[in-house]
Amino acid sequence: MEWFRIQRDIPFMRYALAFNVISIVTFLAAVGSLAVRGLNWGVDFTGGTVMEVAYPRPADLDQVRHAMARLGFGEALVQHFGTSRDVLIRLPVKQGLTSAKLSELVMDELKKEEAGVQMRRVEFVGPQVGRELFESGALALLFVSIGIVLYLWFRFEWKFGVAAIIANLHDVVIIVGFFSFFQWEFSLPVLAAVLAILGYSVNESVVVFDRVRETFRNRKMRNLTVPQVMDHAITATMSRTIITHGSTQLMVCSMLIFGGEALHYFALALTIGILFGIYSSIFVACPLAMYLGASREDLARPELEKKPGESGAVV
Amino acid sequence: MNRYPLWKNALIGLALALGLLYTLPNFFGELPAVQVSPLRATLKADSALMGRVEDILRRGNIAPDGVFLDATGVKARFADTDTQIRAKDLLQAQLGEDYIVALNLLSNNPRWLTAIGALPMYLGLDLRGGVHFLLQVDMRAAIAKKMEASANDIRSTLRDKRIPYAGVTREGQTLTVRFRDAASREKAAAEIARAMPDLELKALEEAGEPRLLATLKPEAQRRTQEFALQQNITTLRNRVNELGVAEPIIQQQGADRVVVQLPGVQDTAKAKDILGRTATLEVRMVDDENTNNPAVLQAAIAGQVPFGTELYYERGGVPILVKRQVVLTGDRINDAQPGFDSQTGEPAVHINLDGTGARIFHQVTRENVGRRMAILLFEKGKGEVVTAPVIRTEIPGGRVQISGRMTTQEARDVALLLRAGALAAPMEIVEERTVGPSLGKENIRVGFRSTWYGFAAIAVFMIAYYALFGVFSIAALAANVLFLVALLSMLQATLTLPGMAGIALTIGMAIDANVLINERIREELRGGVTPQAAIHAGYERAWGTILDSNVTTLIAGLALFAFGSGPVKGFAVVLCLGILTSIFSAVMVSRAIVNLYYGGRRRLDRISIGQVWRPAAQKR
Repeated sequence: MEWFRIQRDIPFMRYALAFNVISIVTFLAAVGSLAVRGLNWGVDFTGGTVMEVAYPRPADLDQVRHAMARLGFGEALVQHFGTSRDVLIRLPVKQGLTSAKLSELVMDELKKEEAGVQMRRVEFVGPQVGRELFESGALALLFVSIGIVLYLWFRFEWKFGVAAIIANLHDVVIIVGFFSFFQWEFSLPVLAAVLAILGYSVNESVVVFDRVRETFRNRKMRNLTVPQVMDHAITATMSRTIITHGSTQLMVCSMLIFGGEALHYFALALTIGILFGIYSSIFVACPLAMYLGASREDLARPELEKKPGESGAVV
Repeated sequence: MNRYPLWKNALIGLALALGLLYTLPNFFGELPAVQVSPLRATLKADSALMGRVEDILRRGNIAPDGVFLDATGVKARFADTDTQIRAKDLLQAQLGEDYIVALNLLSNNPRWLTAIGALPMYLGLDLRGGVHFLLQVDMRAAIAKKMEASANDIRSTLRDKRIPYAGVTREGQTLTVRFRDAASREKAAAEIARAMPDLELKALEEAGEPRLLATLKPEAQRRTQEFALQQNITTLRNRVNELGVAEPIIQQQGADRVVVQLPGVQDTAKAKDILGRTATLEVRMVDDENTNNPAVLQAAIAGQVPFGTELYYERGGVPILVKRQVVLTGDRINDAQPGFDSQTGEPAVHINLDGTGARIFHQVTRENVGRRMAILLFEKGKGEVVTAPVIRTEIPGGRVQISGRMTTQEARDVALLLRAGALAAPMEIVEERTVGPSLGKENIRVGFRSTWYGFAAIAVFMIAYYALFGVFSIAALAANVLFLVALLSMLQATLTLPGMAGIALTIGMAIDANVLINERIREELRGGVTPQAAIHAGYERAWGTILDSNVTTLIAGLALFAFGSGPVKGFAVVLCLGILTSIFSAVMVSRAIVNLYYGGRRRLDRISIGQVWRPAAQKR
């Protein structure tokens, strides 16, 4: 089987403008959604209590809400979780009432109506801890971004480094935008998924840029214009890109479908991230590098030229 | 031409064998067990205890599947839960209150595997169920308590040295000593500086009177905080022991926090209750007359306790009649340290009381010279006499020394018990995560299932697309999983649900390296190179890219490890290790297989890597 039977280089760069328009529109939509709707921060970041309870038969949410109201937790968020028998209850941080008593109070109240109700999970995060988790998450994002920029700077000419990091941060904004638009819960594992994706999809840009550099240095391809070089590099790496990302996507989809509720948003963030990772490293990073003025002179310095067979990374 | 030297094949074979060996324990599952560990620091988990456990079980006609001794205690494994519960009840009844007898799960690992250190991965709370608490120690209260003690010390020092002063007050973390004249302030400053080197002193005039401001020096502050944290951890450990949890984790986190993890605990209400309990130490007077009267004592043991007294036992079983009236409670004790009597040189415990405690103690000792006082520790609502020393002189100043008839070890234990009875500073639960056992089991099932399905899907695709080379790639991928699980087991890493997701994600990303190699080989073949040369060139040239493509993910993994907490950290560990093992397995292991299969053939016309399509342009 060979899926990618490409005769000629596909003129991706001819549509660079179109891709950029798509990118900018999605990016702005994501930013807009973040500005208007904000993120549905998980309890990890906001502080508060989350309880998951299991009923022996399909649970009546109104009944649970009434029970919560009786306890004076009118603001509690009650919803089904996975199945109709599992119920998720989210409570904001309560002054004066720490976790110690809260979950017991709720369980006692719920048991009055349905003795078979079972406590599956309780998570309580104090406001202070929530703030710290938020801060360390932001620090991790910063650290990853700086680390990757440094790596790319060391590895390539700055124009490529900047292009790659912009392209991939644009991915991050779009994933987060999805979470904002659909008001999916943004929890600690989702943040971990986003950072993993950032690392994972940057390597795609690295592969494409490696090929760009190789093409620039190839004497046989001297007369290609910059956009043609980009086209050639993208076309040449396309097969590998799609197959590897496809494989990773298979795994992540398996997690999304079979991984249950606990891994749902984590897998969802990975799924979106991988899809946009392919798109952005090819259709965003390359045009960006082009606009930044990447040229043969930047890369094809004679002293940098390597002997054939010794070339660092090629696909 | 594609042959690995023998050492390389041997190395890969060895790695695979080790991988298999260390992955193996994870497949044996767990058997119900009973864990016996000593409740007090003085009792040791040793072979004598093991002998006792074996003996009790033998006499009770319960045949254990195995009895093991480790640092935490003696563990006995049983074939089923019925036997386990019978054994627990029996051991509990026979060993008495000095030992915790807890239900546990023990790996059904064969002895030879345990002997070489091959143990299964440790399951995180989200997979086995249990409680996780993060407690924050109120450090300001700890410092305030220390300053309160210092105020008391200043008062007694000045009184001892007959230096006139108008008063000592504490405001937050600062003490103000007021004087009538500057001369006594000078004298006082010198004395205080000598007696209490931890204090930073500043002289100033305010409201027309000379004053001395005392604050804690930064390093003393740090020491106080560390001490408070350590003491709270000790206290927590003692309290957790009462819960009878098999493998509790109590650890410091950061400068002022304590993590408590109780696997398998379901009764969170009780856990919180016990963790949050306050002081349980009391000082009372001994009723010497009745205690020294054998007849009365015998009657008391039989149940006829004289009016106004209570019967308690010293550690070691000596009965003592103690007055009901409580002289002092444990929260008046600021500190207790083991040491030596400065005159006789015998082991002693030095106790430091706070201001109120010192005043009461002074009065009580003045009135009771020659009598005995008892220090009682209440655990599980049951009292025990820690020590019952004779009062030799009146004791002012709140510095108490208990000595006589004590070994160094005993002095250390008494100091520990005195300290452990109370928390150094109040604590508050700032994070709680409880996972029920059914959810834990489901998480394992779900995590395993999604990984397995994903792996199968990738395998089907790779084999369909790359034919025999796809099979090699999948073999390498399987080796990667083997290495990863073996490494995690070797490190005794804690596997969490995000960790399982990390394994899955690593599998998904690790195939990248093999795709790179296979694509490159096809490309070489397309260029008209012979199959042997194509294999060689394919592996050589893909190597750089493989390294490259893993660096950025590794950066992300390291950042997650550095800044992540709890489950996210588990994910990061798996991600980083997975990258390392995947490089090895994708390049070395798959190459070794290819070499074994194709490498030896002199005339190789075609290799099974799926269809290699040649562009029309090159045919022309």
